[in-house]
Amino acid sequence: MAETANGAEASFPVDPLYQFVIQPIVPIEIGGVDMSFTNSSLWMFITIGVVTALLTFATRRRALVPGRLQSIAEMLYEIVANMVRDNVGSAGRAYFPFIFTLFMFVLFGNLLGMVPSSFTFTSHIVVTFFMAITIFIAVTIIGFARHGFGYLRLFFPHGAPAWTAIILVPVELISYFSRPVSHSMRLFANMMAGHILLKVFAGFVLLLGVAGVVPLAALVGITALEFLVATLQAYIFTIFACVYLHDALYLH
Amino acid sequence: MLVAAGPALAAEPQGGLPQITQTDTYAGQIFWTIVTFGILYLVMSRVVIPRIGNAMEERQDKIDDDLTRAGKLKSEAEQVIQEYEAALATARAAARETHREALEAWSKKADQREQAFAEKLGSQTNEAEARIATAKAEALANLKEVATEISAAATVKLVGSAPESAEVKKAVDASMTGSAGEGGQA
Repeated sequence: MAETANGAEASFPVDPLYQFVIQPIVPIEIGGVDMSFTNSSLWMFITIGVVTALLTFATRRRALVPGRLQSIAEMLYEIVANMVRDNVGSAGRAYFPFIFTLFMFVLFGNLLGMVPSSFTFTSHIVVTFFMAITIFIAVTIIGFARHGFGYLRLFFPHGAPAWTAIILVPVELISYFSRPVSHSMRLFANMMAGHILLKVFAGFVLLLGVAGVVPLAALVGITALEFLVATLQAYIFTIFACVYLHDALYLH
Repeated sequence: MLVAAGPALAAEPQGGLPQITQTDTYAGQIFWTIVTFGILYLVMSRVVIPRIGNAMEERQDKIDDDLTRAGKLKSEAEQVIQEYEAALATARAAARETHREALEAWSKKADQREQAFAEKLGSQTNEAEARIATAKAEALANLKEVATEISAAATVKLVGSAPESAEVKKAVDASMTGSAGEGGQA
């Protein structure tokens, strides 16, 4: 297996998976567990640094008539505010800061991953799954805290005949527990696939020489598409968090 | 990227997806996700969101404020217009009333003056007529006297003796009452 991979590597000028390799920058070990500051950690810090710098700089004046940057900040705020209002409802206001942070973190993580030779931490299943499972657990706790055992009604649609429970409850349970999986997979797979695609096409450009302009043109298109995907997936990831939160707050 | 591909393979000899094969980095990735997300959450919830929220709220307040003020001003303006129109209407009515009264008073006065003038004129006319009548009577009386005297004087000149004044008078009376032409000839 390793040999075939290496053989393919020799003929293809770019390793499309190299971009996903975690490389330690500052090795740290806590209690025998590797907590190294890596390229992934670096880009997480760059992401929150960019978000913080952009938004604090944009809002430093709090002008009555907003300038360009302030308009961008307010637009982002409005997007998330509308998302929370439409998908969670009025009780979602308390969770707005979390949802806003989540959107900023994922959106800028995705977008900064488009910077050449950067690292896309959202293309790692651990990161997306950790975020998804945290949301899943938090939402489940919120659901039980709010409705007690009544939250279990989530697993049986209101108004369905009682005997259908034998089919519906397992289905609902499976769908509920597969939430964190689909939630994290969607973002991870989209980001990974897009970045692999970019590298593969870049490899074709190198392989084909002059004829490489054809995959180069495709590469330009895919790059544009990837920006769309980066934004869209951040939006979708956040929206699903909102939808789950809505279920916990209002049941169905 | 291309050049770096070689060393990468050396660093990751087992191949496959680094996301799945590099299990020893999982704890670290989760740890740094918690750290960075936590920092971002603090900055967003403490600084950025209140700032944006306040700015937008202030703007909304200002807009609402301006709108209510504009509405108030509008209603005030409408009230002023109404008041003005009402004032105008009363003023117009008052003016009409005054005009009418003045006209009435004036015509009454004019009537009175006309009447007074007519009375005065009438009395003056009467007086003048009376005066004329007396003057005429006087003149007639004088005429008789003068005629008598002239007749007497003429008689003296013609006849040479003075006639009885009573007779002359009688003759004059007779000629004057007889006919004006005859009297004039005589």
